[in-house]
Amino acid sequence: MLDSLVIYLQRIGPDLLQGVILTLELTVVALAVGLLFGLPAALARVYGGRGPRSIALAYIEIFRGTPLLVQLFIVYYGLPDLGLTFSRMAAAFITLGMNSGAYQAEYFRGAIQAVGSGQMVAARAIGMSQMQAIRYIVLPQALRLALPAWSNEAVSMIKYTAVVFLIAVPDLMGKAKILAGRYFNPIEIYLTVALIYIVLVAAATWIVRTVEIKMQTPGLELEVERH
Amino acid sequence: MGFLQDLLRLFPYLLTGIGITIGVTVIALTTGFTLGVLLATLRVYGGPASRWFAATYSLIIRAVPVIVVIFILFFVIARFVDLSPFLSGSIALGLASGAYQSEVFRGAILSVPGGQMMAARAIGMSRSKAIRYIVLPQAMRLAIPPWSNEAAIVLKDSSLVYVIGVAEILRRAEYVSARTLQPFLAFGAAAVIYFALTFITNRVLDYLERRYKILM
Amino acid sequence: MSEQTILRIENLHKAFQNTEVIKGISFEIQEREVVVIIGPSGTGKSTLLRCINLLTRPDMGRIWLEDLEITAPNTKVDQVRQHIGMVFQDFNLFNHLTALQNVTIGMTKVLKMKPDEAHQKGMWELERVGLVDKAESYPAQLSGGQKQRVAIARALGMNPSVMLFDEPTSALDPELIGEVLNVMQKLAEEGMTMLVVTHEMGFAREVSDRIIFMENGDIVEQGPPKKLFYNPEFERTRDFLWKITELYGKQEPGEA
Repeated sequence: MLDSLVIYLQRIGPDLLQGVILTLELTVVALAVGLLFGLPAALARVYGGRGPRSIALAYIEIFRGTPLLVQLFIVYYGLPDLGLTFSRMAAAFITLGMNSGAYQAEYFRGAIQAVGSGQMVAARAIGMSQMQAIRYIVLPQALRLALPAWSNEAVSMIKYTAVVFLIAVPDLMGKAKILAGRYFNPIEIYLTVALIYIVLVAAATWIVRTVEIKMQTPGLELEVERH
Repeated sequence: MGFLQDLLRLFPYLLTGIGITIGVTVIALTTGFTLGVLLATLRVYGGPASRWFAATYSLIIRAVPVIVVIFILFFVIARFVDLSPFLSGSIALGLASGAYQSEVFRGAILSVPGGQMMAARAIGMSRSKAIRYIVLPQAMRLAIPPWSNEAAIVLKDSSLVYVIGVAEILRRAEYVSARTLQPFLAFGAAAVIYFALTFITNRVLDYLERRYKILM
Repeated sequence: MSEQTILRIENLHKAFQNTEVIKGISFEIQEREVVVIIGPSGTGKSTLLRCINLLTRPDMGRIWLEDLEITAPNTKVDQVRQHIGMVFQDFNLFNHLTALQNVTIGMTKVLKMKPDEAHQKGMWELERVGLVDKAESYPAQLSGGQKQRVAIARALGMNPSVMLFDEPTSALDPELIGEVLNVMQKLAEEGMTMLVVTHEMGFAREVSDRIIFMENGDIVEQGPPKKLFYNPEFERTRDFLWKITELYGKQEPGEA
């Protein structure tokens, strides 16, 4: 019984490990790309003029209003029609990242608004420009306020990446599918994969909680609970 | 222009996918709702064993990608009974959504002021009557905003049953794409349909939220 | 003592959605002068202060800070505000920064001072408000009175030519009002030019050089505290002062 388990793990282990590494890579890159889109989009929505505000709103609503999988197919299969061809990995990074960016934008927007207008007024009162006030006063507080929501998004990202195997990216799910086909034991494989996701999510949760505790500033954690 | 004509011809085919998508969503949400309310009640009012079970279920399911749940259930069910991918996928989505909904309802139950339970017991209601007639009705109303969010997620996640061959919108879009060789238009059309569906769902739920709002 | 005019306000108007909040106010403040504005709530006192440092744009009228007309269209508002210190009713301390950082951030980011220089000056400003020992505390760890004193230090750090106080003690518990008024009194004695909106009649009577009584967006009368308190020209002034002393009692924390 134990022997067969060892043999089983030896057979599927290396492949799944490769898959895990790619899954984590997808997670990290997608989060970074998401930050790159999400933060400016949030700022545009709160402080932008009419043009930037509507562009940000359209981006956020479109990406939040349609399934990730559909977005993935549009980017990978659809955009070549318009002359934009991406590799599998690039398509996965772009789609996951832009999708996450739309959600991140809403977390950041909520946090910026939670900082309150008094902070902006006080910053302007000591002579800061709007840009300076955003950079030195509003954003440092908003980012701390957004941290719990952002951490949840970061942890969930591990799970969201699980669809990119459908454009043949060999992530954890991709490897699982190949192994399930090779050994005809899909239930065992997918249960193993489920277990791996649970471990990854648990580890990531532990990491972000640790970071959250480290980043605490007296007074700001109270705000988090309220919003 | 032949492609475009193909697309127009196939558009009704794409549109009939809406029925399947809505069917999957409704079954999943109903299953998830029943499971969610049950688990939430167990977690707040149950004994140690049922509390542990409800908490563990929620924790584990929420740590696994929905698509993995769909695969596992699909293969497990296939081993025992002959269930259509449509039902298998819908139930899988429902089991997953149940975990998320249990968190929604747990939060809502905990937001109902403790005095409500006390007042209900004070007029002679049993615990279960108090839960049923006093706490849950209030919790349900409080749960509408986060539940709406979950409903929109399930609607979008219903596209995942594509992987087990259910002919919902996305699967049909793929077929249209293969027939017309116009993937951008085919998947774009699917996106537009999904967007419209989420938009309508959100509006309806917003309305419900306003309609059933109670002051607390 | 040669006195320079620090602030000159001429025919200031401001309306919000067709309601005129300030109806053509004019007055001047000389160097080292402490002017207290009193008047019923909703009279436009706070709006007046916000207009003076351009946080709210006046509809009409002109404002001079020393020789510079700050209402001129090409004014750099951020630069103007550096010279006008503002203390808010609800403190508005920057929540993510320690007391010291609250004081120094304007120095480093706006005045472009070197960090060590700013640190030194920041500590000195905290010393002025008696809070050196709270330098490393975050706003959430301070009492209301301490928060307001840090806010005063933050404004002082910019070396303002005039300090505006917008009901600085209104959000404070009664037992914390004294410490803030004491700091303000000390500033007045040091020769700071101050414009203070407050309901603290003790402070107005003991510390100010001049009191302006405002009602319905306009100045009713102004003059030295003795005159306004004991021999006002208008019945409205007398009524208001009578009501407010009844309301706030005879205690005068400003004298503590």
